[in-house]
Amino acid sequence: MSKLWAIVNKDIVTELRTKELLTSMLTFSLLVIVIFSFTFGLSAELMNLAAPAMLWIAFSFAGILGLSRSFALEKEGNAIMGLLVTPADRSLIYFAKLLSNTVFVFLVAVIMVPMFVLFFNLRFTPGLLQLVPVIFFGSLGFVSVGTLFSAMALNTRLRDVLLPILVFPIVIPLLVSAVKLSSSVFSGGSVLDETPSLKLLIAFDIIFIAACSVVFEYVIEES
Amino acid sequence: MRKMLAIITFALMAASLYMAFVYAPTEPLMGHIQRIFYFHIGTVWVATIAFIIVFAASIMYLWKGTRKWDSLAYCSAELGVLFLTLTILTGSVWAKPVWNTWWTWDPQLTTTFILWILYIVYLILRSSAGNDTKKAKYAAVFGIIAFIDLPLVYLSVRVMRGISPVVFGPGGGGIAPEMMHTLLINMLAFTSLFVLLLLERLDLVRMKDTLEKLKLAGG
Repeated sequence: MSKLWAIVNKDIVTELRTKELLTSMLTFSLLVIVIFSFTFGLSAELMNLAAPAMLWIAFSFAGILGLSRSFALEKEGNAIMGLLVTPADRSLIYFAKLLSNTVFVFLVAVIMVPMFVLFFNLRFTPGLLQLVPVIFFGSLGFVSVGTLFSAMALNTRLRDVLLPILVFPIVIPLLVSAVKLSSSVFSGGSVLDETPSLKLLIAFDIIFIAACSVVFEYVIEES
Repeated sequence: MRKMLAIITFALMAASLYMAFVYAPTEPLMGHIQRIFYFHIGTVWVATIAFIIVFAASIMYLWKGTRKWDSLAYCSAELGVLFLTLTILTGSVWAKPVWNTWWTWDPQLTTTFILWILYIVYLILRSSAGNDTKKAKYAAVFGIIAFIDLPLVYLSVRVMRGISPVVFGPGGGGIAPEMMHTLLINMLAFTSLFVLLLLERLDLVRMKDTLEKLKLAGG
């Protein structure tokens, strides 16, 4: 357990020193919002319908951006060797990376939601707090698949090009259910109105965290 | 042995063509266009088998690490994508006169589309690996993850659209026994074609490997 925290701690400390990842992810999602507002015009009706989808598109693009750095950082100066020689199970490295990446993506998402509401003139209501668990489970599932693939894409010739095309088709169920839940929240409802989506979201997390942690050891080897 | 299989495949294919175009009665509602369905089902059936093989062979490859499992998964995925492409094309040709559109985002079609993309991604990943065994493992990992993803994709598309009834399917409702015979022969013919192509493709991989070794040995 302490080994797990050591790796997570290392990632967070590194990030706090440079703040590279968080700033670039945040800036990027802001840019996505700006582009959307240009392309959609500012009709309020359209905004209400499109808001949840935009939110998750912004998150997933920003998430990909963050994930592609996750193992690239280790590669620099061959820090990955240090990780691999730690007397720990390979799946432990996976869980540690999963945690630190989830923290980053979740943070970006939590900062983005209020900005999103503000920029698109949606209403601040206590009901919006329900987005917190949705975003948490959404980030967790996204990162569970993304961590595995970012370790994989790093060693291939195509590298950063490969990561989005690996991750996006797999996370479609996750995005669908997250968008469904968010739109229920934005339209003033409760996440419990969409129990099938909620179940699907949580099932996605459980299935892929289990599956990815098992196959991770085949992906991360010294190169 | 291989020759026998080729002859059987040819005979079955000829039979299925005859049955689909002559033997099977014309469907009263859709007319002749419905005959494309025999090939539609035949190809999608084979694609399904192919993707199950990819999944199983990927697990075996990660477990045993032998080259033959990797080749089996790779070749099977290629054929799966090929046959699924045919499925989508025949389906589209059928849908134009019957549904008056080439494509609709109904759950089955959407799932098929995502399935198609997933295995194209698999092929990109696998072909970029070349002979590198470590990178071949990445493809195997993706082959497993993609297969696990499929039921979730299907569920999610149903959630998105609201659960819609199964729009078609020769299995649903009664169909003429001649139609059933035709369908079965078609599925058999495509299965046999698939096995034949797979064996040939595996041979090709083996030959390529041998060639590679000879090149190395020859310096």
